[in-house]
Amino acid sequence: MDWLPIFFVSVMGFALLMYTILDGYDLGIGILLPLASDSERDEMIATIGPFWDANETWIVLGIGVLLMAFPMAHGLVLTSLYMPVAVMLIALTLRGVAFDFRVKAKTEFKSTWTWLFFIGSIAASMAQGWMLGSYVMGLRDTPLSLAFSIAISLMLPCLYIMHGVAWLLVKTDGDLYYKAARWGRLFIAPLGLGLFLISIATPIASAEIAEKWFSLPEAIGLLPIPITVAMAYLVALWVLRSPKILAADYGWIVFIALIVICVMSTLGLGYSIFPDVVIGKLTIWEAAASRDSLKFAFVGTVIAVPCIFIYTVFIYRVFAGKIKMLSYES
Amino acid sequence: MDFDPLLLSRIQFALNISFHILFPTITIGLCWLLLFFRIRFTQTRDIEWEYAYYFWVKIFALTFALGVVSGITMSFQFGTNWPGFMEKAGNIAGPMLGYEVLTAFFLEASFLSIMLFGKNRVSNKVHLLATSVVAVGTSMSAFWILSLNSWMQTPDGYTVIDGVIHIENWMEIIFNPSFPYRFAHMLTASLLTASFLIAGISAWRARKKVDGPATWKVIRTGVFLAAILAPVQILIGDLHGLNSLEHQPAKVAAIEGVWHTQQGAPLTLFGIPDEEKQTTHYAVKIPKLASLILTHELEGEIKGLSDFVGEHPPVTPVFWAFRIMVVVGLLMMLVAWFCSYMIFRQKTLKDFSLRILSWMTFSGWVAVLAGWYVTEIGRQPWIVTGILRTSDVVADHSGGTVLTTLVAYSILYAGLLVSYVLTLRYMSTKKARSLMAMQERQKIDQLDGAR
Repeated sequence: MDWLPIFFVSVMGFALLMYTILDGYDLGIGILLPLASDSERDEMIATIGPFWDANETWIVLGIGVLLMAFPMAHGLVLTSLYMPVAVMLIALTLRGVAFDFRVKAKTEFKSTWTWLFFIGSIAASMAQGWMLGSYVMGLRDTPLSLAFSIAISLMLPCLYIMHGVAWLLVKTDGDLYYKAARWGRLFIAPLGLGLFLISIATPIASAEIAEKWFSLPEAIGLLPIPITVAMAYLVALWVLRSPKILAADYGWIVFIALIVICVMSTLGLGYSIFPDVVIGKLTIWEAAASRDSLKFAFVGTVIAVPCIFIYTVFIYRVFAGKIKMLSYES
Repeated sequence: MDFDPLLLSRIQFALNISFHILFPTITIGLCWLLLFFRIRFTQTRDIEWEYAYYFWVKIFALTFALGVVSGITMSFQFGTNWPGFMEKAGNIAGPMLGYEVLTAFFLEASFLSIMLFGKNRVSNKVHLLATSVVAVGTSMSAFWILSLNSWMQTPDGYTVIDGVIHIENWMEIIFNPSFPYRFAHMLTASLLTASFLIAGISAWRARKKVDGPATWKVIRTGVFLAAILAPVQILIGDLHGLNSLEHQPAKVAAIEGVWHTQQGAPLTLFGIPDEEKQTTHYAVKIPKLASLILTHELEGEIKGLSDFVGEHPPVTPVFWAFRIMVVVGLLMMLVAWFCSYMIFRQKTLKDFSLRILSWMTFSGWVAVLAGWYVTEIGRQPWIVTGILRTSDVVADHSGGTVLTTLVAYSILYAGLLVSYVLTLRYMSTKKARSLMAMQERQKIDQLDGAR
């Protein structure tokens, strides 16, 4: 059996996981903007200033690996998801540029760009949820799959909002810190409900996935996944509700808890889908590029991805710590 | 109503790629100029160079953001609209696009933040390093994209097994016959575009009296660089043309409007090509010059379009786009030389020259777009020359679906382009740093005097 497709599907999973965590928080901050005052908005955007560009690049890597290693699936997946992809792209475009225009255009346009930033963030999140939903449903066009896609397109923005909250807890202090905690308490309930419903709905909606999860002895081996997610969720809830822990500036625990949830969900999702790349339609081996192509791509990937990881850490270290108002020249 | 999804998909892709190319064209070149400003500052410790750097790094960031988001769109559109391309040519296109992300995209996106916000967080050395990393990154990006594009123009190093393209030799694929010329042509085009952008905007600032010494350093940098590069670009373009004649004779025939194979072909300066009648109306010709330019022989043979029935591109757009590119290119050279001469003679530029320069701010865009239309429309009806036809790889969406997204993208891009230009204009109206400082001082002096 050729192991290269397994390697690449793991890299793709890793890239998309990084994307949900990293771009997740800046999309979340975009969605939270309308709740904040004008000066808080500037502060919130300053927290993501040095990072969002690289964060967004993880989705390009994800799609890049799909393109590089599974060209067949790239076409199949993206043609089926034509409309949500278009919505997401337009939304990401708006968001990415609104961010820059907001501070550079004439002051009278600032609030327009802020709103476009919000609209772009929420639309991109919902479109991604929709794509994820119909992907998990095997890209089928049934009422059930539709309902599932709608459910996830509502849940994913909640997850991103929580990421945004957690990021603010890491990067800010004072009023905004406590305001973020308040937003967190507001949105953690729908997130919990969403996670719970989707965990139940997935096996009901997809027979393939149900079979993988509920046959013994796999079911026992898989138990740690839902248990860890539940525990991480409770930890996040606990931190958000405890004034003492918040006051001691341990808000970053929420961020860790959310990362755990994302990692576990990715593992669960990966297990549900593997070894298919499109459920019920195409396995990773059927979709893979030729072995020569994969070998060439492999060399680049094993060298580049660790480097990317290292300098990403470097950048986060350079810009570590609570923000003071960021400006270009100081 | 029935819409042709192939045509609409092509228009949509053309729209996206046209919009996208505007921004990398600036950033690839501009980043090297920023590096130059940074190096000059490090060498001379003249604060004006740093002012120049920070004025332009903001514009760089905005331009870069537009390039990133429109680039993401492109990487998805291969799949949404051209799945056949990925299925047939994915073995080659996939890894090359993947390498772009791995070797360039992350570098640029990560180190840009140090360029923008890093001044007080890292040493000047690291800052300088970050700027060079981004400059290398943007050019690396261009390297992979142009390599793939060139491979689609002049494929090499592959075999076709059961209709799918497979790798034979990566070196031959990456360094395919037209790649060195196209890469050099594009990098130079990018530097020229950036030179005219910085000189043009700075000239405009000078005319609006918001300039400082930094503005003039930028004008001189832009003008001199353009004066050197414009003739170089013409030379590279000529070599590129020779290469196309060898590998894509149908494209060259369309560019020159040569309908039938002939020796000692004249150069058609202008005219109206008529594909149906296979002739060029009102043609203004110079005898034998096309043969001379393309084959470097007076009696050299140039193949005509009638040798490529059904396999040559539409003549009119290629013919015109080429002429627009050449005219704008020559104009850029003349302006750059004229302004350089004026600077040598007068040490500064008068209103007349400044006005011309500011008119030419976006001249690079026009030339680059026209050039890309020549090369991309000139490749039709192939998506990969001689192997894969564009019409064979398109997704079977309904015309209505593609039309919907096309309209949405059109509105988005029109809005963004207007916002971009207006924002540049607005950013340019801000007073230069040293001018501001000087006026502050004068105010204080006046107050002192009054007292």
